[in-house]
Amino acid sequence: MINTMECAVDAQSLISISLRKIHNSRTQRGGIKLHKNLLVSYVLRNARQVYMNEKYAEIYRMQQYEEVMTVCNEIQELNPLDLAEDCEEQSGDCCGNDGVSEPASLCCALLPVSHLTAVQSAHIQAPSACSAPLSLQSDDVCKETEPSFYRSCCAEAYPVSNWDFSTVNNNLHCNKTTVLDLDTHVVTTVENGYLHQDCCASFQQCCQGAQSPAKKRKVDFEYYISDIEEVPDFTPCKRAKFEDCSYANSEHLDTSNISNLISIFGSGFSGLVSRQADFEQALNGQFCSKQALASLGAWTRAIVAF
Amino acid sequence: MAGAGGGSNDVQWCFSQVKGAIDDDVAEADIISTVEFNHSGELLATGDKGGRVVIFQQEIENKPQCRSEYNVYSTFQSHEPEFDYLKSLEIEEKINKIRWLPQKNAAQFLLSTNDKTIKLWKISERDKRPEGYNLKEEDGRYIDPNTVTALRVPVFRPMDLMVEASPRRVFANAHTYHINSISINSDHETYLSADDLRINLWHQEITDRSFNIVDIKPANMEELTEVITAAEFHPHQCNTFVYSSSKGTIRLCDMRASALCDTHSKLFEEPEDPSNRSFFSEIISSISDVKFSHNGRYMMTRDYLSVKIWDLNMESRPVETYQVHEYLRNKLCSLYENDCIFDKFECCWNGNDSVVMTGSYNNFFRMFDRGQRRDVTLEASREGSKPQQVLKPRKVCADGKRKKDEISVDSLDFNKKILHTAWHPQDNVIAVATTNNLYIFQDKVN
Repeated sequence: MINTMECAVDAQSLISISLRKIHNSRTQRGGIKLHKNLLVSYVLRNARQVYMNEKYAEIYRMQQYEEVMTVCNEIQELNPLDLAEDCEEQSGDCCGNDGVSEPASLCCALLPVSHLTAVQSAHIQAPSACSAPLSLQSDDVCKETEPSFYRSCCAEAYPVSNWDFSTVNNNLHCNKTTVLDLDTHVVTTVENGYLHQDCCASFQQCCQGAQSPAKKRKVDFEYYISDIEEVPDFTPCKRAKFEDCSYANSEHLDTSNISNLISIFGSGFSGLVSRQADFEQALNGQFCSKQALASLGAWTRAIVAF
Repeated sequence: MAGAGGGSNDVQWCFSQVKGAIDDDVAEADIISTVEFNHSGELLATGDKGGRVVIFQQEIENKPQCRSEYNVYSTFQSHEPEFDYLKSLEIEEKINKIRWLPQKNAAQFLLSTNDKTIKLWKISERDKRPEGYNLKEEDGRYIDPNTVTALRVPVFRPMDLMVEASPRRVFANAHTYHINSISINSDHETYLSADDLRINLWHQEITDRSFNIVDIKPANMEELTEVITAAEFHPHQCNTFVYSSSKGTIRLCDMRASALCDTHSKLFEEPEDPSNRSFFSEIISSISDVKFSHNGRYMMTRDYLSVKIWDLNMESRPVETYQVHEYLRNKLCSLYENDCIFDKFECCWNGNDSVVMTGSYNNFFRMFDRGQRRDVTLEASREGSKPQQVLKPRKVCADGKRKKDEISVDSLDFNKKILHTAWHPQDNVIAVATTNNLYIFQDKVN
């Protein structure tokens, strides 16, 4: 019997369902069905877009509030008499207005550069799941920003603003793609960064030290996929903890370091479908859905193994 | 609804026959996976998940008050399960498609395919056998030549009809991905086979080579955005074929233009309605079947919710769109969870291209009269299975105000689905496959 509460299915639930389908497809008789998995990957991508946009909007609102309070506190330290007036004004400038076009307010000025474009589209509509029409995302949201959100290498999902799917040269992340060509039976590994075991150390260094700016990424947030060439490039990443939205153009054929979907799935796929993120499990190689969401490029392109 | 022979008289569909097990427990091997009439309509072939082909033959009867019935003519095991040791993959024996070859002599030929291998089968009748050998007894034992005192000429004597099916050709090892379509060319010499990413052209007599005519596999599989879902040759133009994609596009290709038809001659695509955008837009826009009309002027496509008729001369949009079960649009989430959204429904034309038919859930199937702009929903059920019993039109209630004899959407049985249907090339006889039963309906004979 069909559940009449169709719209209650949220994006995260869809992601879990989709990942489960991809996982189950590996054990289906007759081999993996390319068509079905391709369609599932589209649902996964759509759900992830919605989820991340909602997440970003929520985090952005929280950060706006925190920074406003920070500014207010600073102002209070400087001049306690100006507390109420400035806070209200800046809150209104940054957070209260819709479609603020001038990021000239104080709180905006305190934001990292990466936030500037996000401020311009403060009202990110979070469309409901299921069949409700989804609003097109503002392109401004998707402008390239520096990866200044990253907190730690092994912690929570990254609230990265831009969710890009195109190949980008970014050597901050370890991205490995293993492609098994069914025609030539050649296994090709595309390595975009560091190995799994090296990621933590190297990434911490990246976080602490100077960060190489990521290239401007191609934008493809629209739900219309009018240009086939700009369709998201989903690169499976062995380290689902990391933000892997950026993909390197360079390819390194290194057959000795193969991380394929089979090994990724084998290392603890069940965690992906669990809403209860188990941090310990994550450290042991299992992935929680939230972390997986942070790097869903891996899972949305299950077909790379076909 | 216009009949196959033209005219605008309403056709009343009657139950004729049902083939298959009555048990509710359906053996997976008995699930029907394809249905196809031959060119005369005398033979009806079905394929199932167990790799078997069952052919029914229409008995010519002299009774004017009822039409002929279809009885089992031949049954044979077409495909067996195989194992690809190199890729550690099991190859299903499920028959994906059956296509009849035009009849050239007394024997019948058909192509059947599973995911990887296409086979050409010869179905022939034997109704007489030679008798009177000099060196062999009737039971086959050899006679000592020294005991032969006289010679006689063996003669053919009648015997019980025996239908033999023998594999004449095996077309293997040409598809890396799963074959979804085969289509016989109007030149009666070649045919095409299509998998998810490639289309190959074969000659019916040559099994050790085929020509690749379409290849949409990207250099980097990560860039894959669509797959081929169906392909068919034009019924009259031997150089033209179409293939549909998972993105809802249809490409018409001309083999005279180039050896590799990656570049289409025409691209049929309808812009998506942005108001209907959802998580599942890509899934429901994927085309599951494409069929040319008999006259070759139109083609029909089936996606998850609708049937579209395209004029080959107009690429921008279909000329007709029929909603099969629009009430499912709000149920896509649940249909995605239970995998029903991935069901691949087929569609078919009637003999004079005036009516199209396709299946739905709850063992419903739908007919759309193009001329009269009317549609009807009928049900394939054993409850209405009395001979010549007229089928009662069914109606699904999309909102909460269910009228009498209407069925609410929530009451639909999504495990009972009609994916495969076929229409007799000349008469108003249709074959509708439920999960493991084959229903044959005919128009009411007065």
